[in-house]
Amino acid sequence: MASKNKLARLTLSVLSATAILATAACGSSTGTTGASASTSTDASWSKTGPINYVQGKDTSGNVQKVIDKWNALHADQKVTLIELSDNADQQRASMIQNAQAKGASNFDVLSVDVVWTAEFAANGYLAQLPTSIDTSGYLKAAVDSATYFNKLYAYPSTSDGALLYYRKDLLDAAGLKVPTTWADMKTACAKVKTTNPTIDCYGGQFQKYEGLTCNFAEMVNSAGGAFLDDKGAPTVNTDAAVAGVQWAVDAFKDGTIPKAALTWQEEQSRQAFQDGKLVFLRNWPYVYSLANKTDGSSKIAGKFQVAPIPGLNGPGVSTLGGHNMGISTYSQNKGTALAFIQWWNSADNQKANTIATSNAPTWTALYTDADLTSQFQYLPVLKASIDNAKARPKAVKYGDVTLAIQDAAYNALNGTTAPKAAMDDLQTKLTALVK
Amino acid sequence: MAVTTAEQRTAPKATKRKKNAFSDGQGTLAAMLLAPTLLVMLLVTGVPIVMSITESFFRANGGVDPNTGLVNTGTAFVGLQNFTDIFAHPTLVVGVYGSLDRLINAFINTSLFTVVCVVLETILGVAMALIMARAFRGRGLVRAAILVPWAIPTIVSAVMWKLIFNTDGVANKVLGLSNTPILWLGDNKYSQMAIIIADVWKTAPFIGLLTLAGLQTIPAEVYEAAKVDGANAWQTFVRITLPMVKPALVVAVLFRTLDTLRMFDLPYGMIGPGKYSVETLSVFAYQEMSATRYGTAASYSIVLFLYIVLIAFLFVKLLGADVVGDEELKAVNDQRKRMHALNKKQGKAAAVRSNITSGSAAS
Repeated sequence: MASKNKLARLTLSVLSATAILATAACGSSTGTTGASASTSTDASWSKTGPINYVQGKDTSGNVQKVIDKWNALHADQKVTLIELSDNADQQRASMIQNAQAKGASNFDVLSVDVVWTAEFAANGYLAQLPTSIDTSGYLKAAVDSATYFNKLYAYPSTSDGALLYYRKDLLDAAGLKVPTTWADMKTACAKVKTTNPTIDCYGGQFQKYEGLTCNFAEMVNSAGGAFLDDKGAPTVNTDAAVAGVQWAVDAFKDGTIPKAALTWQEEQSRQAFQDGKLVFLRNWPYVYSLANKTDGSSKIAGKFQVAPIPGLNGPGVSTLGGHNMGISTYSQNKGTALAFIQWWNSADNQKANTIATSNAPTWTALYTDADLTSQFQYLPVLKASIDNAKARPKAVKYGDVTLAIQDAAYNALNGTTAPKAAMDDLQTKLTALVK
Repeated sequence: MAVTTAEQRTAPKATKRKKNAFSDGQGTLAAMLLAPTLLVMLLVTGVPIVMSITESFFRANGGVDPNTGLVNTGTAFVGLQNFTDIFAHPTLVVGVYGSLDRLINAFINTSLFTVVCVVLETILGVAMALIMARAFRGRGLVRAAILVPWAIPTIVSAVMWKLIFNTDGVANKVLGLSNTPILWLGDNKYSQMAIIIADVWKTAPFIGLLTLAGLQTIPAEVYEAAKVDGANAWQTFVRITLPMVKPALVVAVLFRTLDTLRMFDLPYGMIGPGKYSVETLSVFAYQEMSATRYGTAASYSIVLFLYIVLIAFLFVKLLGADVVGDEELKAVNDQRKRMHALNKKQGKAAAVRSNITSGSAAS
């Protein structure tokens, strides 16, 4: 009573602070029993009925058309599209919320990023697919990305691999071939620079985000190193891995990679390449058609080609990207869900989807399909890239793992930490995270 | 014995007097009318706070079964461990201030942004208010122009400033640094500056607006009197404008301080998550939550919560921020103070009297 006014003031300050607390409280519903959930619902692969298909925002406008095709064939097993945010982190959060609320959002088929497979499988968010499924027609690397502890948790849907975009006109003028090693690339740049003094050599995605993890993994893997060994133990401070990092650090120091690349994501690096500021660019296949546009947005249309990315002593190792289709543990109609993802990823549908969206397929034979290779000339190169590609570490705590990798990479690349020290530190962190 | 009798003599007088001079005997009615609001507040703020506090004492078991690869489920009570781990098992990160625990790093960032941003915003905001208060042609246009940044959603301005601070963006071009660009969007002290610039740009108008409202309540006579007394512009500003606009300004600054303490959209939307040089407590708590570590996320939120409560309390105590601004409440308090002073006086008098009585009784 004595301090009613004080109390009122305090209440106000409490109110203004509550918003933050509410954020944390939203996730209160813990205690999902992952282990028991995945075992208790195994017997329902024959149940059919309407289902929901959940994916990130569909920018191509193609998804609903494909679903309409399915719905026309299966009137009693209608599929409804649920579009989530276009931001991958938010898609993941929505899917986790659905699972923690035991399927409250009625998500049935989930389009999951390859790096989420381990987390979703280990927590029991995804149902293990029946062992009778034959995946032999699909890319090995893509199938592996859908597998956790030798069990299949998702169906490979789209794949992705890195390509080296290079300025064919400049290399031809200098009488050079496409480099396959980093050293060759540097010499090629030196030669090109004699006639084009202002051009930068090589660009990639070195901003601190998931793209850095992909690029950094390529540095390590292309030098013969690896993040994890066959048994899943971290091996990031081996001589080979450190050599890869050392190359990248030196490349930043001597200007082979421009300093600005430390803030580049896919789009900024594409812009730099399209503006004719780079001889070489590491990026995903989507750049191919955009950089070839003749509406004036690209200064290098028709002047570039693609090749597999280079490495320390030979062709490099790409990081594997892409999405897989999994089925929520809490799905009521798993029979329909399974039939739907199998239908979606049949060779014919993948071919149609590739033509409509230009996402790389996972059906191996499509990479040599005449219709596709005439439209997407980079497909054979991409096939080589994906065949040789390596997945990012399959970790249940992938979010922590990728942040640890980014910390080490960013500190090494901007010169704060020596490569060896950064990798030793990363080794310690990864050992704690993947045990 | 004698003392008690003396007190008894004066006490009945005090209790007979109405406790609250301004009360009209409708306390019950007021309580009833307020009850629905209080109930809603309890539901939407009280319950989440209690849930968060409970959550902060728990931690998911985690760990992966080496045979099945499945995650161990359930949560365990860990007491205050989510809080004490900051000291016992620090997660070292390298921000601008060297290698620090991630929470302490976020705490310093939050405090730094708050102090620097609010000071700059206050100076600029007051200047804007002074300009807006002037009568001149095109005043409406100036007012509108000043208020535009405040009208833009923060996340939109975050993306806008992201474009400006791009390596080949406007900022570097204006500064003439196209060849040796500053990496504003990296993870360094320039990222901090970028955040501060964007935040000041966006919210200085807010302080300007509230100060303007305060300025307009100052009667013109006071200024006329100052002119007659021969005060110069600076003296007028310091002696008249500032003191008279202070109540409004303090509230504006308090709101900005509380708001900046929980800054999220700018660092997250503009520089990105996982950048320790700009990671605030809100961003860190959010990151912990998205890593599905709800226990630690809740505990970090509570650290921020307590920090905000403390700052708000200090504001009210030290600067006398009158947030509620209730005339009646003020009058009641003033009256209470007067009564208190009166009672004290009477008490003293009574004590003197009682001394005399006890003295006489003894004699």
